[in-house]
Amino acid sequence: MGRHVLRRLLQMIPVFVGATLLIFLMVNVMGDPVAGLCGERACDPATAAQLRREFGLDQPVWRQYLTYMAKVFTGDFGTAFNGQPVTELMATAFPVTVRLTVVAVLFEVVVGVTLGVVTGLRRGRPVDTAVLLATLVVISVPTFVTGLLLQLLLGIKWQWIRPSVRAGGFDELIVPGLVLASVSLAYVTRLTRTSLAENRRSDYVRTAVAKGLPRRRVVTRHLLRNSLIPVVTFIGTDIGALMGGAIVTERIFNIHGVGYQLYQGILRQNSQTVVGFVTVLVLVFLVANLLVDLLYAVLDPRIRHA
Amino acid sequence: MRRSTHARRAACAAAALALAATGCAGAGAGGNGGAVLSSSWADPQNPLEPANTNEVQGGKVLDMIFRGLKRYDPKTGKARDFLARSIETRDSRTFTVRLKDGWIFSNGEKVTARSFVDAWNYGANLRNNQKNAYFFGYIDGYDEVHPDNGRQRADTLSGLKVVDDHTFTVRLNQKFSGFPDTLGYAAFAPLPRAFFTDHAAWVRKPVGNGPYTIESYTKGAQMYLKKWDRYPGPDKARNDGVTLLVYTDSNTAYTDLLAGNLDLADDIPAAQLKNVESDLGERYLNTPAGILQTLAFPYYDKAWSRPGAEKVRTGLSMAINRRQITDTIFRGTRTPATDWTSPVLGAAGGYKEGLCGRACDYDPGRARELIEEGGGIPGGRLTVTYNADSGSHRQWVDAVCNSINNALGDDRACVGNPVGTFADFRNQLGGHRMTGPFRAGWQMDYPLIQNFLQPLYYTGASSNDGAWSDEEFDRLVDRANAETDPARSVALFQRAEEVVRDHMAAIPLWYQNGNAGYSERLSHVALNPFSVPVYNEIRVG
Amino acid sequence: MPEQPYEPEGAIAGTGMGGAMDLGASEAVTLEGTPGGGPGQGPAGRPRSLWSDAWRDLRRNPVFLLSALVICFLVLISLWPSLIAPGSPLSCDLARSQDGPAPGAPFGYDGQGCNVYTRTVHGARTSVTVGLCATLGVALLGSVLGGLAGYFGGVWDALLSRLTDIFFAIPVVLGGLVLLSMVTSTTVWPVVGFMVLLGWPQISRIARGSVITVKQNDYVQAARALGASDTRILLRHIAPNAVAPVIVVATIALGTYIALEATLSYLGVGLRPPSVSWGIDISAASPFIRNAPHALLWPSGALAVTVLAFIMLGDAVRDALDPKLR
Repeated sequence: MGRHVLRRLLQMIPVFVGATLLIFLMVNVMGDPVAGLCGERACDPATAAQLRREFGLDQPVWRQYLTYMAKVFTGDFGTAFNGQPVTELMATAFPVTVRLTVVAVLFEVVVGVTLGVVTGLRRGRPVDTAVLLATLVVISVPTFVTGLLLQLLLGIKWQWIRPSVRAGGFDELIVPGLVLASVSLAYVTRLTRTSLAENRRSDYVRTAVAKGLPRRRVVTRHLLRNSLIPVVTFIGTDIGALMGGAIVTERIFNIHGVGYQLYQGILRQNSQTVVGFVTVLVLVFLVANLLVDLLYAVLDPRIRHA
Repeated sequence: MRRSTHARRAACAAAALALAATGCAGAGAGGNGGAVLSSSWADPQNPLEPANTNEVQGGKVLDMIFRGLKRYDPKTGKARDFLARSIETRDSRTFTVRLKDGWIFSNGEKVTARSFVDAWNYGANLRNNQKNAYFFGYIDGYDEVHPDNGRQRADTLSGLKVVDDHTFTVRLNQKFSGFPDTLGYAAFAPLPRAFFTDHAAWVRKPVGNGPYTIESYTKGAQMYLKKWDRYPGPDKARNDGVTLLVYTDSNTAYTDLLAGNLDLADDIPAAQLKNVESDLGERYLNTPAGILQTLAFPYYDKAWSRPGAEKVRTGLSMAINRRQITDTIFRGTRTPATDWTSPVLGAAGGYKEGLCGRACDYDPGRARELIEEGGGIPGGRLTVTYNADSGSHRQWVDAVCNSINNALGDDRACVGNPVGTFADFRNQLGGHRMTGPFRAGWQMDYPLIQNFLQPLYYTGASSNDGAWSDEEFDRLVDRANAETDPARSVALFQRAEEVVRDHMAAIPLWYQNGNAGYSERLSHVALNPFSVPVYNEIRVG
Repeated sequence: MPEQPYEPEGAIAGTGMGGAMDLGASEAVTLEGTPGGGPGQGPAGRPRSLWSDAWRDLRRNPVFLLSALVICFLVLISLWPSLIAPGSPLSCDLARSQDGPAPGAPFGYDGQGCNVYTRTVHGARTSVTVGLCATLGVALLGSVLGGLAGYFGGVWDALLSRLTDIFFAIPVVLGGLVLLSMVTSTTVWPVVGFMVLLGWPQISRIARGSVITVKQNDYVQAARALGASDTRILLRHIAPNAVAPVIVVATIALGTYIALEATLSYLGVGLRPPSVSWGIDISAASPFIRNAPHALLWPSGALAVTVLAFIMLGDAVRDALDPKLR
């Protein structure tokens, strides 16, 4: 087990380097950010040149990347154009987004798995068809439409919620979390359902039923445990995607989180912000994947890591 | 008063988020807590140094915490002496500035001649990367302190001399009679010693001499400005403070205003304008501001600088149904433009209604003729470039194109060309990569006709993105700047403007208003000609 | 990525990864053991039996028939939109801004005074093109790379797995914002290219896992023992049996690409005028949700129905291809 973890950690290194390099190149291709700093006029050439020097933009890209990475390992993520250290931006942005992600994942787990179990056990019944259809509709409407619609209805028409998030507490994040989770939630439902329906027919479940175990015990101890493996995989890898993919949700609901900072960073072509945030997101993604991997061993005794 | 409690709680909660949590005690608690209003904001793009702030959001704050030599009247926009007792000149080149007594910064330090001279030297110095440095470009010695290339040869402007605590002189490198009137711009604000001695601390929490002091500032979230009780000026704050709340999107701010979570939203998105009357009724402001939207052209492209192209440009101008667009898309928050300045200047200041003449009237028939006479649209198709990341640019560009298409009877004559980010848009402009007209918005820095013409059309000027150049125009502007008599100076500028018209150097579209909506708690809300709310006049409750 | 090269369990673990674009991929997990899995079937000799079984099933499945009908209709109006909507989608009159239904404009007019009906019908072409081309590109690139990695294993597999991880680690919307914000082309190709670039790892993982499973079957070993070349084994024996999960995931992904195009438009980096697409119309109408909901409703509805049709088609195909669920 220890060796396996070590090997996995080593494998993370090339992925980390590759992903950060990729995003670094992408942001750099966007062009010179200094031009956007002076409002509706051209920056005077002397100031522009000096700003470029200060942000290291006059260096070749590979050297910029190396300098940047060297600094990252000392905990220095650079400075945003408004003079704020990127680490400071992260300190305000990540807590909110983590809360939002927690809400979203909770929705996925609680609502998604429950619906999946219900439909999986009642395959072909009206409730199954209804839920299945509902998930399809959720998947096929773009998130920003769902978000704007919920904001208009719940926030303005019926005044059930605040249309925008202020402090970023859990109570305010329920609806945004639901919007963020909606598509994944639909997948979790369908995934659980499929997985459950399939495992119901497997030998070990038949054996358990034949042994005369109570239905409840069969479902929770045998069926659910095995059926959840693909679901856990999905949710584990979804965490990274949720955090980085919150750009739309955060914009609609005025959440000053990671997605908002990334969006601002891209609009202002602030490579330091964008690369810094993505670096952290890549780390989150890698760690989540590792955890999921280790969880397999717990959920499925057949899988043993050498 | 459900609304008021909401807003107060919101301000408080936001302050709790601010970790510093200092704002909460001031805003939410205490006997006078109720008189604090919340207002929508967006994160300033640059550190809040006066000479480094070039957009409205940072300008909002500077307007609250700084007072300069001059101040533009919030109603008329006229420049009035404020900290200056007098600014005198005999030759429009050397100015003697005398300060009033009794002004202090909120940290107790006196405002002296040195506070100004040091601040201006700092702003002009290349080493400090101040993005508004060129504002000091008229002062003698600027090219030593801020050379376009090569090494910097001096640290201070040779044109600035401190005479005594309350007097200093400014010598310009050319005659510029309008110079005193530019001094109300934020870049010319005085700075306390603390700015220079502990710069990092100052930037975290700026200290100025205006009616408010910054109580807490959490970048990216909010700023709480408290009324400064010892403020020596005549325009004391009529409320106890302002909480500026950062919104990701102006639409969200507006929905928050409707839900009673926000007191003042000062940039109502075009999409909501149809609802403001029913949503807000009287609590809606639509005030002229010194903003003009135009379509500029790339004169570095031969297709647009060839003889006859001015006929095409004039034709295009006549193909745009300005009235319909301002009514339908902007719901009266824009007014069709008939000259190249702004009504906020007033007739005496140089605004001349109808200077554009027939060239700005909608006349599809004549438009078709002119475009044909001028040799048709270069390349057969017009692309209008704009940045798609902010404002409602996309809506009006599409509308302008549809108007041109309908006038020319060709569905594909004109098409919008959105650029993803403002930075990229500026890059493309700077790199002279336009092939057709592009969005050119101009918000005045100070209410002078000079500010609407020289930066935009003078050869090589900083915002002359289309690289338009005309000797006669340049000559007239030079003469106007040297002219000491204001009326004659304005007349010369207007003659220069006629040159712009005759070549249709840029198509004027509309004058933009500032607009805002506010909650029932507020009264005496107004916008100044820079479309910024006059915070100190607002009453709460 | 969780799995090790050469670890059979890896095939199970390797599929469900991915970001927002990884739609339905995990559901395909269940498919991997299927080709040739039924008792009494001689898979090597009759590789087509699975497909003919599936086809028989599908013909009797109302969900499949309905979605196929919708898709046929969509393809038809994509090819000849003027059949049901004469007039130009680019002809707009601001005087009619946000007007309700009128003769010739059953869906009313949008903010610019364009005919919503005409634009919705004409928008089908772009949206369907984007969906089809992106899916085709993703499926081709992904299954070739994933298949080769799965078949040859070793260094190539390790390299490709890391490469897949790298692309997965980049949030899709973010990648779109960065990459597409610089595009100036008015065609659909930059958007399609971006989707292929960030979408292929999803298919590649599934193809790889699928190939690894199929590779271990007796008939492949037999073919190899008989001296068949790699190319022959891959094309004749492995590809037909490993392709089912790819088809399923690709069909479902198609719908999501169409929806993604709309999200990109909302963020200002999608297709560009004068293209007519549902994404452009939805994002243009979304600020006016209070005043002119009809301008938002119709293109959104068309988009939802299309996505729905493709996902249901994918669902039906999966059910048909999975003998265990029969």
